[in-house]
Amino acid sequence: MEQQPRIGVYVCHCGVNIAATVDVEEVAQAAASLPGVVVARDYTYMCSDPGQMLIRRDIQEYELNRVVVASCSPRMHEPTFRSAAQHEGVNPYQVEMANIREQCSWVHKDKEKATRKAKALVASAVAKARYLHALEEREVDVIPGVVVIGGGVAGMAAALDVADTGFPAYLVEKAGHLGGRVADLHRTFPTLESVPDLLEPLVARVHEHENVTVFLNSQVSEVDGYVGNFQVTIHGQAGGDNEGPGEQSIEAGAIIVATGYDVFDPDRKPEFGYSDYPHVITSLEMEKRLIEGNLTVEGREPKRIAFIQCVGSRDIQLGNPHCSRVCCMYTAKQSRLVREKLPGADVTVFYIDVRTFGKGAEEFYDEARSSGVLYRRGNVSEIYRKPGDPERVVLIAEDTFLGEPIEFEADLVVLAVGMEPRGSASEISQLLKLPRSADGFFLEAHPKLRPVDTAMSGVFLAGCCQGPKDIPDTVSQAKAAASSALIPLVRGSVPVESATAVVSEELCAGCGMCVDVCPYDAPALDPLWGVSRINAVVCEGCGACAVTCPSKAIRLQHFTAEQIFAQVDALVV
Amino acid sequence: MALKTAQMAEQLELFGCIQCGKCTGGCPVARKTTLNIRSLIYHLLVDSEMDVSAHQELWDCTACFTCVERCPKDVQPAELIIALRGELVESGRIPETVGTALMSIFRQGNPSSMAREDRELWAEGVEADLERAKQAAQEGCDLFYFVGCIPSYDQRVQPVARALMRVFDRAGLNVGTLGTDETCCGNEVRRMGELGLFEMLVEENGEMFRGIGPRQIVTTSPHCFNTFKNEYGLDGVEIMHYTQLLAHLLEEGRLTFGGSVASENGDAKIVTYHDPCFLGKQNHVFDEPRAVLQAIPGVELVEMDRNRERSLCCEGGGGRMWVEGTNLEERLAFQRVEEAAGTGAEILAVACPFCLLTLEDAVKVRGLDEQMQVMDIMELVDLALGEDSEQAATS
Repeated sequence: MEQQPRIGVYVCHCGVNIAATVDVEEVAQAAASLPGVVVARDYTYMCSDPGQMLIRRDIQEYELNRVVVASCSPRMHEPTFRSAAQHEGVNPYQVEMANIREQCSWVHKDKEKATRKAKALVASAVAKARYLHALEEREVDVIPGVVVIGGGVAGMAAALDVADTGFPAYLVEKAGHLGGRVADLHRTFPTLESVPDLLEPLVARVHEHENVTVFLNSQVSEVDGYVGNFQVTIHGQAGGDNEGPGEQSIEAGAIIVATGYDVFDPDRKPEFGYSDYPHVITSLEMEKRLIEGNLTVEGREPKRIAFIQCVGSRDIQLGNPHCSRVCCMYTAKQSRLVREKLPGADVTVFYIDVRTFGKGAEEFYDEARSSGVLYRRGNVSEIYRKPGDPERVVLIAEDTFLGEPIEFEADLVVLAVGMEPRGSASEISQLLKLPRSADGFFLEAHPKLRPVDTAMSGVFLAGCCQGPKDIPDTVSQAKAAASSALIPLVRGSVPVESATAVVSEELCAGCGMCVDVCPYDAPALDPLWGVSRINAVVCEGCGACAVTCPSKAIRLQHFTAEQIFAQVDALVV
Repeated sequence: MALKTAQMAEQLELFGCIQCGKCTGGCPVARKTTLNIRSLIYHLLVDSEMDVSAHQELWDCTACFTCVERCPKDVQPAELIIALRGELVESGRIPETVGTALMSIFRQGNPSSMAREDRELWAEGVEADLERAKQAAQEGCDLFYFVGCIPSYDQRVQPVARALMRVFDRAGLNVGTLGTDETCCGNEVRRMGELGLFEMLVEENGEMFRGIGPRQIVTTSPHCFNTFKNEYGLDGVEIMHYTQLLAHLLEEGRLTFGGSVASENGDAKIVTYHDPCFLGKQNHVFDEPRAVLQAIPGVELVEMDRNRERSLCCEGGGGRMWVEGTNLEERLAFQRVEEAAGTGAEILAVACPFCLLTLEDAVKVRGLDEQMQVMDIMELVDLALGEDSEQAATS
């Protein structure tokens, strides 16, 4: 039934990226004599339009049924060449890539050896190509609707964009009100806009929007399905606002995670005596005091106020190596507001580095200093009660510019506490099978090119659950997440991976090891027949089941034993 | 003596330093001498050579490790001081008293220039217990007691070791110990920069421990405890400070008090506790000593403002028992006993031989001895145990 392989091999120069280190002509010549190869060529840029046309013309002229492209990583241009081949009637799964750039020319210097290696990589790809099978490309319909987890600024911004496009948005919020952490703030930086002025219209618009359903006092307790077809179980606590207690199941095509952050607990830095002294407060408590307009400590108006930056951030020993990105600016804001409120008071900020990178941020920092806030460089090491004076505490630090240890008396100390991954991040991570980066925040699919996507197709990230951010960055990311989540909804269908695992039911012993090992819950044991069945729509083709199966009953299409052995043989011979 | 800095900077991974000043800011001696560890790190990074012998303030460091505990970049500043002291030791440019202590450890196994054969004089009055324990060590025992140099030789500290022996007996523990065969643990040796001698001691003591094969080792001193726990590589052996063992025995009901430390009129004694750096800051043993104190009848425990992680160093560690440092005037121990007296405490309880000596000295110099006594927790335990206590034995 399978046709005789007729393979075309295309060796890319990638300008000088490959050609400077690999003798591309020699690689093409060597490929021409490999079994099954009908034509082999090299060209400056295979991915360019003329490059693609070269392949397409050859498919016609030589009646090719396999294409091997030796160029960059398949992550870069496999879709390009698959689509070129498909135009001429070659199944996209009968295109194979040999990575002679990232895995060869970029990492070697010796041209002769690099050329030899490139030849081997091409021979290996050709060997696999001989055994490639056409796979059926499938699409599934998408349920029009997006579940947004978290009703802070990120979740609200994302839900509104989804809703404005005309799709239903289901906004699930743990608390009894929308607004998240921002609701606890006084004014924003660098514009000093009042938070209620910012938040209230946003919350009102969410509640009033006909396409947004808000679930307050609710949490997502279960997620099933896959991109385009998620079933999300929402568990409502008693006292829920417009939704009663109990469980509801929502169907949606995509999910946006906007679960936010936790605030660093300063008791984890016991040297600051946060729980011992009423004089020592967190920056969030300072926001509350600014809202209430009361800065007194035990009824006394403070005369010397110290801010300490980087509390719980940039600290490897605490397991928080990251910069929280907002503390420098909110400290500039708070210190300036304190100066305005208490013009006679000394306001000093202890810092390590000042990072004011946002739009208008450095200018705002300039204004804070101009208003009389004093910045002293030094990471405060300890706070204790001033001996004989319970009204004051003493900060001990080194002023690193003076190069001297100092003792600084203060009657109010504000700890600029940083952001941490949510304590519940591991639950969410399990629920949605979302990987986390080393800092504990959710991991984006690519730090630069896919910043709101995740390893789970159909699940997107918005706001501080992905890493610390200020409000403008959060809203930008939320809008990006909404727009990415809308792609499958607008298209109406999504392609699903064809290189999936299949079970040979005659060989399957029904042991269930594939069920245990699968990270995507794709296999399930058929209760009647006692064999494993793999849901091809859920399967991501990772191959974990195929290598685990003790009966060798599972075959991962496009990575079959036959194909892999052929590849290996070509390399070792 | 010009040290080429590049290699040391790399070995100690000083490039991670962001010069934030947390180390110098929290350094208890930086405010009284010219020692500035942040600045030393900087010089090591930017200068190609360093004249180490010009930095006599290196001997001011007490190895309290506050800098190491708090460094946000995990740079371990105190290790640089140890390494620089190592350079001085190597070239022989060290204070005479340091040389004497090190030589004594090499020859006699203790820093106090005392004879090795006198090492078990501490056991006066508990000789039978000691003989049993020596026998147990020979035969191999589960629990091993490492007495330590200062408790062995210093008459002020010897009662602590004796009291501990009585507790072992009371709790029916089959404990082993070495008597005159015991040798310095080397904790202070490493901190004075004599790394060769330290390695020798680790090897000798490690061999001794492996020969006896205990499951648990208990020490009088937090200093011995620290090096056994963190620097000896004694895998599978539980290293305990005696306060941990006591807290455990009390919790299990294997040790009960027959007496009380209350005044004759029945009033509880107000006791405050000073956390030793090597037990608290460095090994995070904060709760057990307090649990023991609170279990003693007649103790009312009050806290100083600076307690636990913020405890102020007494200046007895890091070899400072044998070198005065560059500023004698303002001893941290003076400041510390004032803080203790400020709580209204009648007893300043400690859990470390060095703290016992430095703080008792300070109490006397400051004339606070009328109102406040410095006692090791073990001495309070002993008092409350009743009849066979040290006081009962001597009175």
